[in-house]
Amino acid sequence: MAEPVLDTYIAEENLPYEFCPGCSHGKILGALSDSLKQQNLDPSEVVIVTDIGCVGLSDKYFVTHAFHGLHGRAITYASGIKMQNPDLKVVVLIGDGGCGIGGHHLLNAARMNTDVNVLVFNNFNFGMTGGQHSVTTPFDSITPTTSFGSTDAPMDIAGTAKVNGGGFIARATAFDKDLPEMITKAMIHDGFALIDIWELCTAYYVVRNDFGRKEMMGYMDSMKMESGILQKTERPSFQTSYKHIQEQASQQKTMSGLVLETNFTSDLDRPVRIVLAGSAGQKVVSAGNLLASAATLSGLWTSRRADFPITIQTGFSVAEIVISPEPVLYSGIVKPDVAALIATEGKAKIARLTKAMEASDTIYFADGLGDVDSPANQLPLEFPESAKKDVRKNISALTAGFLTKELNLFPFEALKEAVRQIQKPKITEINLGVLAHFE
Amino acid sequence: MDGAAAIARGALDAGCNYYAGYPITPASGILTHMLRELPKVGGIGLQGEDEISSMGHCIGAATAGATVFTASSGPGLSLYSENIGLAIMMEVPLVIAISQRLGPSTGAATASAQGDIQFMRWCNSGGYPVIVLSPTNIPESYHLIKRAFKLAKRFRSPVFIATDKETVMTTESVSEAEMINAPDWPEIPDEPVGKPLDPYQINGSIHHYTGSSHNEEGHITKDPDIIAEFNERLKNKIESRVDEISLVNADLQDGAGTLIISYGVSARSMEAAVNHLRDQGEKVSALTVYSLWPIPEKKIKNCLKGIKRIIIPEMNHGQYRHEIERLTNDEIELVGVNKVDTFLITPEEIMAAYHG
Repeated sequence: MAEPVLDTYIAEENLPYEFCPGCSHGKILGALSDSLKQQNLDPSEVVIVTDIGCVGLSDKYFVTHAFHGLHGRAITYASGIKMQNPDLKVVVLIGDGGCGIGGHHLLNAARMNTDVNVLVFNNFNFGMTGGQHSVTTPFDSITPTTSFGSTDAPMDIAGTAKVNGGGFIARATAFDKDLPEMITKAMIHDGFALIDIWELCTAYYVVRNDFGRKEMMGYMDSMKMESGILQKTERPSFQTSYKHIQEQASQQKTMSGLVLETNFTSDLDRPVRIVLAGSAGQKVVSAGNLLASAATLSGLWTSRRADFPITIQTGFSVAEIVISPEPVLYSGIVKPDVAALIATEGKAKIARLTKAMEASDTIYFADGLGDVDSPANQLPLEFPESAKKDVRKNISALTAGFLTKELNLFPFEALKEAVRQIQKPKITEINLGVLAHFE
Repeated sequence: MDGAAAIARGALDAGCNYYAGYPITPASGILTHMLRELPKVGGIGLQGEDEISSMGHCIGAATAGATVFTASSGPGLSLYSENIGLAIMMEVPLVIAISQRLGPSTGAATASAQGDIQFMRWCNSGGYPVIVLSPTNIPESYHLIKRAFKLAKRFRSPVFIATDKETVMTTESVSEAEMINAPDWPEIPDEPVGKPLDPYQINGSIHHYTGSSHNEEGHITKDPDIIAEFNERLKNKIESRVDEISLVNADLQDGAGTLIISYGVSARSMEAAVNHLRDQGEKVSALTVYSLWPIPEKKIKNCLKGIKRIIIPEMNHGQYRHEIERLTNDEIELVGVNKVDTFLITPEEIMAAYHG
């Protein structure tokens, strides 16, 4: 066997511990040092991430790397460190308080199976701030914040991590002779590892509740929270899984913008603001993209906004397009030059905009959507006779074709080219068929 | 393309290799781009269980040597803020894009706004300075986020990109040349101010990073002299280098009595309004502020010669106007054009303010 790297990982120049007499924190720190010795790790291979509370004083007692962050968040920092450098061994030292305020992180780290090792210093109260009750405080306990006895059900920290899929879950006490071995087992496991270590806060909880070592063991039995290894799974850690994701992803092309060459021309001399207003499922946004892309292909500048409810498969769907011979500075539309109404939901949604239109502006409306409360000129959307059968399914593409013919902003060929360049082959075929009605 | 793609592409081109974020309109586009793209180039992109966790992941990864980035909107910034204080204290380089939407609270999730610029500046306890850059359009989104990564590394500090729903989610045609060619902005030096961040490394020297007041070695201290010196340095490393960080575009006209100052998407309406006004024969100057914080005081004051009135269009209740007020005397009239009604400020509204 190789020479041990170190006899102890405790920074002895910083001893003695500043913990209270009888406090179990020092015992757990000693067990961690013994475990690191068992694993024969170089101190630079280990990062100790401490939470807040008395346990948060621990990092200065180690000769390893250390990170001391905010209350309850230690597991998130640890996970980030391990993601970036999986060769480091990352150990979180956290109390029952941290597991309460950071409970969300605890259960999600277990689900994620992120390869960090969490040692919970569980002493049933907030030791640093005066012994207030925590998430693990037993029923009927007297603390400064439960003067009449605690009424909340104590959280089973190990059980929570277990049911949420944590890879290695155990319960122990600070008095266990084999605690170093247990820590070693946790640390060599590839995945989330947590040991819920029960211990005594002699400053507060013990004295207020007559809760010594014997009472703690009795409480463990009465709650049927058994000790030992509670769960050990073979599920790969997130870090291991992510390596496979990177391998798969590396086969794919990286992102690039859509490049549209300007092969057409336009003699448009002022910005035109167009609003298409329909309903979910009518492919309104897609038609807006076609108009904007056709304009871009014709050397014009465009902006395109889509507006729809967060429940995207229901309600209105609106596309706002600005087409301009100059770069579009103001991309909003408070008064469209042209509005096309193709569903009642859209008509209602843009009522404020159509009302603001002027007599020189035009509203085109589908069957039954006329009679708009607006001074704008109002005309029916007139599709070619042959297109009637396509109206139900493809009204947006028909409207794009109609507007292109009617407004003459850019060549009709540019619209067809936009269909070819930006749409999937199957949709391209359908839409070119739809546009053929205009020729 | 849209601003989300420009920001993601810019972050990747700046060498970002770690992203953690949480979905929120109008910033989710950045999250999806980053999570899809980073593993392709050997980087790491993940969705945290909330913004607190996402920021925790970023800070942890940064101490292990990652170049980190996250993005959200105002409600997410609320949850980021405790960890932003930690990043300042640990001096971790961190780039954060905030795609602003109309608040307060959930507000109008799909409406553009500029109501978080003071929040970004003051989101840490203690009020320590951060750097905030604000693009007005898609090409600037790309170039400014690249600059944000350089500033974050140089100052070992959080750097914000203050953008908004309109700039991030509206698809626009952009000129390829404007995307590819970097604007004519002064270079940010590569060397860090102070000591460079030395990440955790196997066989490297031992490091302590802590959110508590600490000495140079990262050990907690209660020594008032050390604490005072450290805190002064945190403040001064940025505030003594305002000139280096300052970035504006001054479009001044001789003889103009009115200066319009704006930033972000509202600066585009300002430009349109100025174009119209000049076409009408008016003399008017315009200043676009890209570096909102620290405030580019000198560059703003340089534009005040002969100015009797300043118009400040912004989509909030006057958050930057109050900063400008500090820099001017009583002889200059300040006029706000402020909107919080879900619509962008129009060029016509700015022109109406001009004509008074």
